[in-house]
Amino acid sequence: MTVTTQTSPSVVPPGGEEPFLVVDDLTVRFPTEDGLITAVSELSYSVGLGETLGIVGESGSGKSVSSMAVLGLHDARTAQITGSIRVGGTEVIGLGESRMRKLRGNQVSMIFQDALAALHPFYKVGGQLAEAYLVHHPSASKRDARRKAVEMLDRVGIPQPDRRVDDFPHQFSGGMRQRAMIAMGLINDPSLLIADEPTTALDVTVQAQILDLLQDLQREFNSAVIIITHDLGVIAEMADDVLVMYAGRAVEYGPAREILTHPEMPYTWGLLSSVPDVTSDTSARLIPIPGNPPSLLSMPSGCSFHPRCAHRDKVPGDLCTTTVPDLAPGGRGPGHLKRCHLANPDEVYEAEVLPEIAPDVAAGDPGTDVAARPDEES
Amino acid sequence: MFAYLVKRLLSGVVVVFLVSLSIFLLFWFGPSSPAQPICDRDTSNRCTPERLANFEENLGYNNPWYTEYGTFVKGVFVGREIQFGSTKKFDCPAPCLGYSYRTKTPVFEEMKERMPATFSVALGGAALYLVLGIPIGVAAARRRGTVADKALVSSFLVLSSVPYYLFALLTWLFLTVQWEIPLFAETGYFSFTENPAKWFSGLLLAWIALGIFGCTQYTRYARGSMVEALSEDYIRTAKAKGLAQSKVVYKHGLRAALVPVVTIFGIDFGTLLAGTIFTERIFDIDGIGFWSLQAVNGRDLPVVSATALFSAIVLIFSNLIVDLIYSVLDPRVRLS
Amino acid sequence: MSDLNVDPGADNPEVTEGGELQDGAKDTRLPFEELARSTHTANVLDPTAEPVLEVDNLKMYFPLKSGGLFRRTVGHVQAVDGVSFQVPKGGALGLVGESGCGKSTTGRLITRLYKPTAGALRFGGIDMATVSNKEMKPLRREVQMIFQDPYTSLNPRQNVGAIVGAPLAVHKVVPKDKILGRVQELLEVVGLNPEHYNRYPNEFSGGQRQRIGIARALTLNPKLLVADEPVSALDVSIQAQVINLLQDLQREFDIAFLFIAHDLAVVRHFCPEVAVMYLGKIVEIADRESIYSHAHHPYTQALLSAVPDIKQATLGGRRERIRLEGDVPSPINPPSGCHFRTRCPLAQEICARVEPPLLQIGPRHKVACHFAGELGHHPAEPVTAPLLGVDRQGSPVGGATVGTVPTGPGYDDTWYDVKSKQMVSA
Repeated sequence: MTVTTQTSPSVVPPGGEEPFLVVDDLTVRFPTEDGLITAVSELSYSVGLGETLGIVGESGSGKSVSSMAVLGLHDARTAQITGSIRVGGTEVIGLGESRMRKLRGNQVSMIFQDALAALHPFYKVGGQLAEAYLVHHPSASKRDARRKAVEMLDRVGIPQPDRRVDDFPHQFSGGMRQRAMIAMGLINDPSLLIADEPTTALDVTVQAQILDLLQDLQREFNSAVIIITHDLGVIAEMADDVLVMYAGRAVEYGPAREILTHPEMPYTWGLLSSVPDVTSDTSARLIPIPGNPPSLLSMPSGCSFHPRCAHRDKVPGDLCTTTVPDLAPGGRGPGHLKRCHLANPDEVYEAEVLPEIAPDVAAGDPGTDVAARPDEES
Repeated sequence: MFAYLVKRLLSGVVVVFLVSLSIFLLFWFGPSSPAQPICDRDTSNRCTPERLANFEENLGYNNPWYTEYGTFVKGVFVGREIQFGSTKKFDCPAPCLGYSYRTKTPVFEEMKERMPATFSVALGGAALYLVLGIPIGVAAARRRGTVADKALVSSFLVLSSVPYYLFALLTWLFLTVQWEIPLFAETGYFSFTENPAKWFSGLLLAWIALGIFGCTQYTRYARGSMVEALSEDYIRTAKAKGLAQSKVVYKHGLRAALVPVVTIFGIDFGTLLAGTIFTERIFDIDGIGFWSLQAVNGRDLPVVSATALFSAIVLIFSNLIVDLIYSVLDPRVRLS
Repeated sequence: MSDLNVDPGADNPEVTEGGELQDGAKDTRLPFEELARSTHTANVLDPTAEPVLEVDNLKMYFPLKSGGLFRRTVGHVQAVDGVSFQVPKGGALGLVGESGCGKSTTGRLITRLYKPTAGALRFGGIDMATVSNKEMKPLRREVQMIFQDPYTSLNPRQNVGAIVGAPLAVHKVVPKDKILGRVQELLEVVGLNPEHYNRYPNEFSGGQRQRIGIARALTLNPKLLVADEPVSALDVSIQAQVINLLQDLQREFDIAFLFIAHDLAVVRHFCPEVAVMYLGKIVEIADRESIYSHAHHPYTQALLSAVPDIKQATLGGRRERIRLEGDVPSPINPPSGCHFRTRCPLAQEICARVEPPLLQIGPRHKVACHFAGELGHHPAEPVTAPLLGVDRQGSPVGGATVGTVPTGPGYDDTWYDVKSKQMVSA
């Protein structure tokens, strides 16, 4: 996988073609009994064919809401959606229901977290796959659809697909159900696949199988992939670009390797310092983000992360509590955007954060550090 | 599956036995002699203690209760002879549930005659409330939270909080008595084979009363079940496939939402079959419910036990059928 | 220690719900350096600690009934099948494995939610596996449990005071009028506002609910806490708060942990010793360094290679994964010999014939594999054959002197070195 150097995400590179998916200034609001909540605000990103974007954030960060909007899955009567979402050049916001349906499951498909709940318990797995095929291939016969379903089950590595096609979802193991879900998502050869926490409920060896499968399939179909997760490890293994979301906003955006090695936003630092690593130095500290994510009903003023930010004392005045920082390039070039008032995030990270969470990396050159431990690489 | 059926049927037999025994014992050890009503009737209310003793002797009430219960059970399987007063002996072939004290006819024969009326009322009423209730419930669920939904839910709540007998009585009073609508002029049960049109118009009002009242409940069940189904993850999956809205709602949503409704319906329908006392009484339909009411009033022990047994059997069977249907509807359910 | 959660706003909805924070609130938030100082590095092994719990050959077979008219027992789910380990006083043993491996059942056996089929649970001189429920009651004070799901493990109709105070009332350890004081003390210990004792679970966030669950477990000053996936239901940023809290409590109250989790990285941070389970058995148990850097069992190696690793992926490219084919077999009818052989890339005939013993191969390292060795250095000949008196196919060899392989919990001073195939001692 190549890491693309990205310019400002919402801008089409001059002379180049527009990426397959462009989300521009997307805002999603829902009325609730306690008032209007803004689940996503002013979100912009893009994903090209053959590329993988990882969206990372915690519950309530808006990461799922934004991708549901790409498929037009929000209730049109209540959700207030503004901005622009272009799929293969087609504007999706405001698109009529029948044209939207032609897109769904066809050009854009989605796989969901809990495959047991996401598959209908009363219909056979094969029938559900065939249904997804038939809806976009109205001229195909039932037999064609079934053959296609068997073929896709085989493709995602389900043993004896011609027999398992007649099983109900509850007769599958957890890993097989997620494979079936992926098979259903890919049955119409979509150009964009959105995977919402595709491995969260799975055991680690099964997760590895599913992630490998997704990567293989992406190479084969050259589709654009969005993988939504809370697990930075999954991001690190899968994503070309990463978008970090907090309280409905993008707070950091750029190439995955760049963001994970030189994060510039204290929330991203917090995510990195909150999870241990299987190979990290045991003198590394596990530093939590204090407090809880904010309620969408009562967003903090200014930077929505400020009530939990341990680096606010480094920003002069009350900028953090009064002004929302722009999502703008920091000190690492135009491809790496961050939403933070800190003037020198890289210095703070290297001098303060890194020595606590990865003392080994902070002590030496990270590149040679890994090479010096070949026993873990084999 | 087969073992499950056998197990359920065996437990059903035990329940029927216990029901019959407890009814029998209640009358046997009740405050007045079970022979009192028949003595009163046969002697034109000149039942002297001697005459009563004679009846008790003939009816076997001087024997220990278990002997007499044994006789009753034996009669069910092989038939027996029954003696009232001192003179006549009645032959009661199996399945003998006794002779009615009131009409002096075999209880089982009488029950067979009344079943078509009760079944007609139950089938028509249930069909109507399903046909009305489920679509209204589904429509409300699709529009949940809207003004129409809220208005419907609250008006149905008001309607269903009226006692059923009052509702049925008012229906009859207004439609038949007050406004004299010809279609509803003659309520009652008429044999379907003899006169289908009269059968229909005689039962129509009862069906409407049952149907409308039942539909308020089934609307609530269907709405609740549908709201839940529509919020499931697999509905989101169905939408994400690009299916048309109607397919999402009916093929995916309703299919799942119907399962709990079917369960409730099975039990409800069993209750209806066992006799709808108010409906039959108000609309003058000579069915099991009306019959059991008369029997209780006249302390007609054989009829009371027969109707109680009948309800028990119907309820056991409807429960069993519900479980069987459930296992067909939901592939995850395996009967064992 | 209750200042771990440095932002009072975190547990005090009045502050956050108001939106605007008071100027004074700014001073209570620690700057990063102090925040970092209030947290912990990975727990360290104390090799001299005495075991507080000794589990010896523990088995739990759940009977499997037939569906017929007479519900005969037609088989057993061998959920836990001969598990032995020690939990050191004030220490932490991690129990890892995939769903269905028996790790949660093991935890429930230790808290005697189930009565074991066989084996011993030695705790404070008493075998908890055999005592009656009545005799167990005083022991329940000493062994408490923290559950995975903070949403379903708290009674929604009881306020926090009742939930946390219930064990005090049940065990009559504190006079009734003192319960509230003790509850508030506990709430403060776990970083909650003690004034919130009269609130209900739904008024708290997931992380706060898990703190309530922890407070409840602490009420009776337990010596051993069984933590079953204590952080897996929580958001990433909250997980670290709870792990740090557990580390605080462990240090302050000298509590031993049996830490059950599927997240190998969290276990690595919290537990200086780890046992890996597969299909009811421990396949490898060792100190942290031996498990994570020198795993000898192919299953442990596969598990570790499957964990997505941020550092490897971003700096050194992706590691090669060991792909395990298929699914875990049914515990009703597990494979003969080694349970892992059906998915093992190294499996040979001996693996189907002879069950590999959990053999000590280092000062604090045991592994149950005929071909135990570091990744890429598995021996060609079964290392266990000479010990078991069998040939390389697993058939018994006549006249061979069979040494005894100790199978009990704990470690010996001498062990079998798999490279030299000799017994060595420290």
